[in-house]
Amino acid sequence: MEHGLRLITTDATPALELARTLEALLVVASQPLPVDELAAAAEADPSQVEESLSILEQRFSEERSGIVLEHVAGGWAFRASKTASDACARLFEKPAERGLSQAALETLAIVAYLGPVSRPEIARIRGVNVDGVIAGLVERGLVAEGGRDNEFGAIRYRTTPLFERIFGLESLAALPRVEDLGADVDEIRGRLEAVAEKRPA
Amino acid sequence: MPVAVRELELDLDAFEGPFDLLLSLVLREEIPLREIDLAAIIVTFVEHLADKGELDLDACGEFLILISALLELKARAMFPEEDAELSELEPEEAAEELARRLAEYRRAKEAARFLRERLDERRDVHFRLGPAPLAPVAERRLAPQEPELLAAALRALAVEPPEPSVAHMALRFPPVSQFLDRWRALLLRRSRFDFDQEVAGLSRVEIAVAFLALLELRKQNEIAIAQAAPFAPIRISRADAERSLSWNTVSA
Repeated sequence: MEHGLRLITTDATPALELARTLEALLVVASQPLPVDELAAAAEADPSQVEESLSILEQRFSEERSGIVLEHVAGGWAFRASKTASDACARLFEKPAERGLSQAALETLAIVAYLGPVSRPEIARIRGVNVDGVIAGLVERGLVAEGGRDNEFGAIRYRTTPLFERIFGLESLAALPRVEDLGADVDEIRGRLEAVAEKRPA
Repeated sequence: MPVAVRELELDLDAFEGPFDLLLSLVLREEIPLREIDLAAIIVTFVEHLADKGELDLDACGEFLILISALLELKARAMFPEEDAELSELEPEEAAEELARRLAEYRRAKEAARFLRERLDERRDVHFRLGPAPLAPVAERRLAPQEPELLAAALRALAVEPPEPSVAHMALRFPPVSQFLDRWRALLLRRSRFDFDQEVAGLSRVEIAVAFLALLELRKQNEIAIAQAAPFAPIRISRADAERSLSWNTVSA
């Protein structure tokens, strides 16, 4: 009888069992794991993996746990809870994002939207040489080489999964749409002309 | 445009007044850009910054965009043949291009602002960063090997290779005198002969020596050598025979 009871309380459903496996994979990984990779490693269906991930997402949530499961950079990954950030900060540095300059952020934005994109193209938009800024972003691991320009053979750059992870983006599609970034040509043209008209006679 | 850039007072050779006035005149093509000293504008701006004693980054950004756009327009105006299509820009189109660039840069700034906000939101987020653990490598198993085969292979390698033949390196040069004698003897019998015919069947080295003998005879002025064209048959004749021939030709 006791045996039967124990069976009922500890016998895991397939979804819970898969959740345990996924949990194990995620704790070993140092990068976000996409659903299909999790499914291949666990020898399960992607739809089953999604189901088990939602169980884990509840268990590892900001309110309940020091470990938080998040969907980021095209995959799933564990991170520390924000409530533990002070303690984390005392022990761990965040070198990739510390002290990013305005120039670096603008360059990063251009690469994120237009990438793969070459240095001359970025320089044309920003109006200044960007060699040093790009070198810094590559050093931080936020930007990487991604092929060459077909016409001139210039190296083109794209953002890395680390970029998406640090900025908490599920993918580059999570960036605001270009149309929503304001600054339409006509408006600026109007302002240019207004400046020209309003000059003191 | 921030006040600092718009009201920048310029005192140039071709223009005197605020920067925005210059800009509007250039956009309307009332002042040819090539007459404007852009370097002087930059110097004025830098002096203006120094006077203010504080760095207005927005103003600097706007100024950089404007001045680089002007520089590009000026460069294109100065080298029309290099970029015929762009140099044909109407002032209207040039203004459009300038506005388009400003908008492009403004968008980049907006996107950068979004990224800055995201960064602030994620300030309290820590996660593990490290190299990815390696994927398992499939084990490679070799088929069982026969040690005797290995020994046999090594034995084959241990055999000393045959000495390479150096026979072709021993060039034996017949003495030139041998051919000197031969040619002289031939010329006693015939007044002229064909070199290729006479050396047919000889080795390359023998032909070379035979030719050297010819040159020697020519030097001694015993024969005349003629060749109609490169690679044409070489014809040799007795020097006296040749002379009489040319003499005959002249007298004819």
